[in-house]
Amino acid sequence: MPEDSPNRRSLSRRKFLRGAGTAIAVTGAGALISTKVNGDATEPAEQGGTAQEGLVDVTLKVNGKTHQLKLQPRVTLLDALRERLQITGPKKVCDRGNCGACTVLRDGKPVYACLTLAVDAQGSEITTVEGFGTPEKMSEVQQAFVEKDALMCGFCTPGFVTAVTAALKKNPNADNEELRRACRGNICRCGTFNRVFEAAVEAAKKMKGA
Amino acid sequence: MQDVRWNDPKTTQYVNKHVPRVDGPGKVAGTAKYTFDIVLPGMLYGKILRCPHALATVQAIDTSAAKAMPGVRAVIEMAREGATMRYAGQEVAAVAADSEEIALDAIRAIRVSYDVQSHAVTTLTAMKDASRVSAPEEQARGQDPGQFWSSAAAVIEEEYYCPVRGHLCLESHGIVFRWDADDRATCWVSTQAVHGVAGELSGGLGIPQENLTVICEYMGGGFGSKFGAGVEGATCARLAKAAGKPVKLMLDRYEDQVAGGNAPDAYMKCKAAMAADGKLLAIEADLYGTNGPGRGWGVPFPYIYGVPNFRVRTHSVSTNAGAARAWRAPGHPQASFLMESVVDELICKLGLDGVKVRQMNQGSQVRSAQLELGAAKIGWERRNKNPGQATGRYQRGIGCAVSTWGGGGRGGSRCDVKIGQDGSVWAGIGTQDLGTGARTVVAMIVAEDLGLPLERVKADIGKSSLGSSVGSGGSVTTASIAPTIKMAVLAARARLFETAAPLLGVTAGELECAKGRVQARGNPSKSLRFEEVCAKLPAGGISESGSWNGALQQGGVAGAQFVEVEVDTWTGNVRPIKVVAVQDCGYAINRLTAESQVIGGVIQGLGMALLEDRRMDVPTGRQLNANIESYRVIGAMEVPDVEVVLFDTHDKVAGIGEPPVIPTAAATINAIYNATGVRIRTLPATPKRWFDALGAKS
Repeated sequence: MPEDSPNRRSLSRRKFLRGAGTAIAVTGAGALISTKVNGDATEPAEQGGTAQEGLVDVTLKVNGKTHQLKLQPRVTLLDALRERLQITGPKKVCDRGNCGACTVLRDGKPVYACLTLAVDAQGSEITTVEGFGTPEKMSEVQQAFVEKDALMCGFCTPGFVTAVTAALKKNPNADNEELRRACRGNICRCGTFNRVFEAAVEAAKKMKGA
Repeated sequence: MQDVRWNDPKTTQYVNKHVPRVDGPGKVAGTAKYTFDIVLPGMLYGKILRCPHALATVQAIDTSAAKAMPGVRAVIEMAREGATMRYAGQEVAAVAADSEEIALDAIRAIRVSYDVQSHAVTTLTAMKDASRVSAPEEQARGQDPGQFWSSAAAVIEEEYYCPVRGHLCLESHGIVFRWDADDRATCWVSTQAVHGVAGELSGGLGIPQENLTVICEYMGGGFGSKFGAGVEGATCARLAKAAGKPVKLMLDRYEDQVAGGNAPDAYMKCKAAMAADGKLLAIEADLYGTNGPGRGWGVPFPYIYGVPNFRVRTHSVSTNAGAARAWRAPGHPQASFLMESVVDELICKLGLDGVKVRQMNQGSQVRSAQLELGAAKIGWERRNKNPGQATGRYQRGIGCAVSTWGGGGRGGSRCDVKIGQDGSVWAGIGTQDLGTGARTVVAMIVAEDLGLPLERVKADIGKSSLGSSVGSGGSVTTASIAPTIKMAVLAARARLFETAAPLLGVTAGELECAKGRVQARGNPSKSLRFEEVCAKLPAGGISESGSWNGALQQGGVAGAQFVEVEVDTWTGNVRPIKVVAVQDCGYAINRLTAESQVIGGVIQGLGMALLEDRRMDVPTGRQLNANIESYRVIGAMEVPDVEVVLFDTHDKVAGIGEPPVIPTAAATINAIYNATGVRIRTLPATPKRWFDALGAKS
């Protein structure tokens, strides 16, 4: 389960609102959501303002590398990672914090990248599933997922790997029940949960043994 | 070649064993590129404007404001003025823009006026309007069922309903389309049929099929909903043409659920009779359901069990809701829920043994044996002998149900195997991997017969430029591709032996591949390393292909499942405790991924039993839960222990992608009855439904 920790360090509320044009930041259930309020929600954005105007400079630190971007303030961390930086491990599925496929670590804690604005993620260390290991040199959790076949189509897998990795980082002695609970913010439509739990337990064992 | 058989499991390194999938590392490390992950230089983002009304005529479309927006590169109208929109979510117009955010603003700037008409969005409301109901198709056998109602030992007359369900593939439907020349293009499509889409799109675009390359190296689930590129695919190609740039058009979650297909519902009024010994006597039933705006709805009924006398009328109902598509074992989970509920009600009325009665009323020895085995594994004797007599808060019970499916393969595929003088091995076939492990199947079969480690084989799939293959539906993939791959690798190996034979001073017929060597059979002293033989191959190495060999596969699979549940009688909450799934699998190529398929089917079946329900808002005609929040699916906390038994029946390959999802819902509902004496006849079995059913009982 992501632990949301809105921590607007590098962008003042005023600057954010200015950059967003007529937008408002709403903090609900710990998540930052931007909602356009210029009259009718179906109205187009302000005339001529969409293509280049209103872009803000955003600096993101992802998997140890620093990236400079120019983005509309409404761009989520997930879209910034996927479409701008081509870091596509985190997946876009529900885009509203229901499924966990976009889970990334923000300063070590799991968050939903689709509920995090890119501007808001500045100043944090973002780690995606690509940051844990590579196909050639997998982390213990990744290795266990492969061995136990804890994936089918694989679209939810980066989210599960991230959730389990975070849980084991938080508590290396996490038991079956705790690891299962760590996955309760993630959905797998292929239905591979049982093997995810097996993999998580296996990874925990290996990490303790190492 | 007639003598070709699958490898004896006692001798194999990979085939018929548990083998982790070869593309697993890429999937867990986030490097596997799905359609949704494709980002091309200069790529634009496409978005579709959808009709908000369930039934309306388009009066006017004004796209001028959208076209004038900076960053908007193409706008096309998908509906003409005067067109009838038949469901909320139907496509009206599309845009391509520099970013997804601009594209979203642009579709909001399109003005459409509609003449809105009155709609019907559910089967139960639409069936009251005779113009929406097709003339019934009647199927009958034996005598008039009516004559059994007064004499039979047990008769029931009930109504059942199983709602429309979504696919919810985690990767939505979508496409990235790039024109490489006026009549040449490449596209990445999340699809269950790369060759099928190549034919569909090239035909629609009027370009030669060989000029269109369709790529789907990885896909985030299909479950039957992704055979075609669909209207969004053709639209994306048109946007890319108009803009002169590649376009990515992925549906969002709302669009995917309203327009990306669904599993149709099933409503049944049924009267049925059983003899005192448990023999089914007669069924009379009226079935209704909707495929959306079209017709042609139906489910196989009576299902599996032999009913000597029946009359079944099927009524297809037209509604103003998104069209149905194939959904993992189309029609069968619904039919199983209806039939197994009826059978179970009769069994319980007579106080008979559900396993014995099921065995008696069906003709498959395999299924009979599976019921026996499953009953032993779950502890069938622990079931409630008197359902409804327990008094504690938490009450447990066990239910069962069975399934049938085809799962045989189809011809027409080609696999290529190349062996280089450098010892490299490549195998390619234009199939696709929905998550079933198809790529691993390719690598395993080739590695096995060449005696090489799995990682030495480069398995190439998911491209229409590779040899033809069937669409992945009907559980046909493995039974269609495995025989073809086998024939291809045997052809390539025969060429390898031709080179090796004179080097080893034996005939080609005496050779075998084992542990990285080519050797005289049973005589490792007469051997060469695989690479040593490859180095002596003629220039260009080996390039062989194989086609389908029907003798290596066989359709027709049976299954039986047992579910144990615990019902909290204070809250009505049903908790699945344990599922035993016995699944006929023929000769399993990869036992590990086959088991995963069965687990997955069970989990989806539990979702059907307990949670999944497309909710339409009758007044507005829109789907209320087009998301993964209020359309609930099974999550980590609901998952029970699942014991999979792969029931090996013969030495030929059979497909099992679909059958494991069929009986789970029915077995769960039967288990709830066994636990509490409460019969739930409308899915899903929510706490409210359990209380409603409890109330109806008393």
